[in-house]
This record gives sequence, C-alpha cells and structure tokens, in this order.
Amino acid sequence: MINFDFIEREESIRSAAYVCWHCDEPTCAQVCPADAIKKGEDGIVHSSLKPRCIACNNCVLACPFGIPKMMIPEQQMMKCDMCYDRTSIGKRPMCATVCPSQALSYVRPEEIASRREKPTNIFYFGSQKITTKVYMMAPAEREAIALDVVDYMWEENHELVAVGQ
Amino acid sequence: MNWLRWGSSGGATGEPLWKEEFSVRTADERYVTRRQLTKFLVLTSFGMFVGNIWILIRSLFYKAPVYPQQAVAQLGEIPVGGVKLFSYPTKDDHCIMIRTGEDEYVSYSQKCTHLSCAVYYSQAENRLECPCHNGFFSIKDGAVLQGPPSRPLPRIVLEARGEQLVAVEVKG
Repeated sequence: MINFDFIEREESIRSAAYVCWHCDEPTCAQVCPADAIKKGEDGIVHSSLKPRCIACNNCVLACPFGIPKMMIPEQQMMKCDMCYDRTSIGKRPMCATVCPSQALSYVRPEEIASRREKPTNIFYFGSQKITTKVYMMAPAEREAIALDVVDYMWEENHELVAVGQ
Repeated sequence: MNWLRWGSSGGATGEPLWKEEFSVRTADERYVTRRQLTKFLVLTSFGMFVGNIWILIRSLFYKAPVYPQQAVAQLGEIPVGGVKLFSYPTKDDHCIMIRTGEDEYVSYSQKCTHLSCAVYYSQAENRLECPCHNGFFSIKDGAVLQGPPSRPLPRIVLEARGEQLVAVEVKG
C-alpha cells in the first residue's frame, strides 16, 4: 500500500510519502492489543492481520512516523509493507520505481556509499530512540535524526530541521 | 515444560513474559502443538481424577461436627414478634432468634447465604430480609423467597430446658 498525502493542499502541491521505516522495535506492533502486527523474519513490518485487527487505531496514534492508516471500509489497519509482493520476488517497491528524482530509492548500501550524504537509521523522537531498517540520507556530519514533535506544535514559522545528537 | 511457566518475568531474554509470548516477530511466535495440548489434557484429567479420589476419601472419613450446648435466652425474655441476636456456636457466628408465637421460637444464622450481609427480621412482611441485595428468607424454614441467595439460611436448633432456651445444633 502506497501512502501519499498532500501538505497544505490549499496553498501548495507539496506531497509527502509515508514510507514505513520498518523499525527494529516497531512501536505500532508493540502497542497492538490484538497481536495483529508482525515483523517478519526479513525485517518487514507488515499490515495488520485481517483476522486479528480490531481497528482500534492504537498503532495509528503510536507510530512516531505516522505510517499506519486505518482503512475504515475494511475496518483494518494497512501500512506500507515495502510492497512485499514485489520486493519478496526481487523487484523494487512501487514508490522507488516511479520516483523520477530518486528521492525514494531502493539500492544496495554500497551503491550509495559514494554519495556526499550519509545514510542514517537512528531517529530520536523526544526521548524515544528508534533504529530502522530503512535509511534516511542525512548531512554527513549528522549521526542521527532528532525531532521533537512538541517543538513544532505552537510555532508560527516552523521549519523541519535536523538536530544532531 | 517450557509452555507451562509462572510469573510475570523470566526467560532467557530477560524480557517480560507477555513480550515473549506475544512477540512482534514472526520468528519468535510460539504455537501450542498437538502433542502439548494432548499432554495438557491428559495431565488435567489425571489431576481431576486425583482430586475426586481425595474428595471420596474425605467423605468416607467425615465426622459430624460436635456443637456445644449454649443457653441463649430465657423463655419469655422477648415479646411475641420480638427479636434477639446472639452468637452460636462461636463468638463470630452471629444468629438471630425470633419469637413467632407464644411458645414458638425460630433461630437462624444471621449471615445471608449470598454475600454474608446481616439479615434482619421484617415484622411487617414476616420474613427475614437481607438489605444488601433484597434477598428474602422464609421465617418458617429459612428457605429463599426471592433474590440472589441460592441456599437457605442455616437453622439453629433450639431446645427449651426449664426456663431456658438452649441452642444445640446448626442445621444446613
């Protein structure tokens, strides 16, 4: 499932891709009361299991990246599962396939080692540390991406800036 | 038997037990196998069998309890329709005695058989009432008239000896 959303749609055509980061300790799965979200042996955090999901929205609220989406008609949470039908047979995920500027790319680590930016998979959301399977390209001097949602809540001029830890 | 463990924590990883049992990882999921279920069923029925034998042995060696004889009231101490509270057979077993006629006395345990609230005598309705959940008991034999109690009130057997009423036994 590919999640794209517009940001401030009235004023801009900006969009954001809600690509799952496939956390090592997935918060969505940890808060699931029905044991419906599972991290597979290959590290992919899957959509909720249909027979188990009770559509309680816990994962939707808990995920710091805002990835899980509640599909109301199905009464089931669905999320980006790295296009498991494609990647499990060696194809690239759909978003990386169609992205014209390679902002989303699906490559081997050695293929991006030569770039100026450095891939990082360590995120801080307040005091919660998250390590992920998916990497984000960050400025070379950054070890981790740190965000505190509270910092952006009551600010007039909010800019998303990465703060080194 | 790995699958029969007690306690909230423990296990090789040091994680709480619920985290182990409901792991978010597919690889760590544990299922109960057919053999484990069969073992559980066999052991449980064996346990039930042993328990039944134990109950049987206990009932074979059952001895009726011996109740003390205790003078609880004087004849004519309470008026007709009057009530006296006393304790029998021990200090903590509260009982209620009602004089239902000139020569008729009845006595029951005061503990409601539902949740042990103290029952009282309602003269207007001529029955024993438990105020907690409106359980009513017959004054004749302590049987349940209405409400949640399922068993009748235990009856205290009274004997008149001279001028005294003596409690001799608890029935039921």
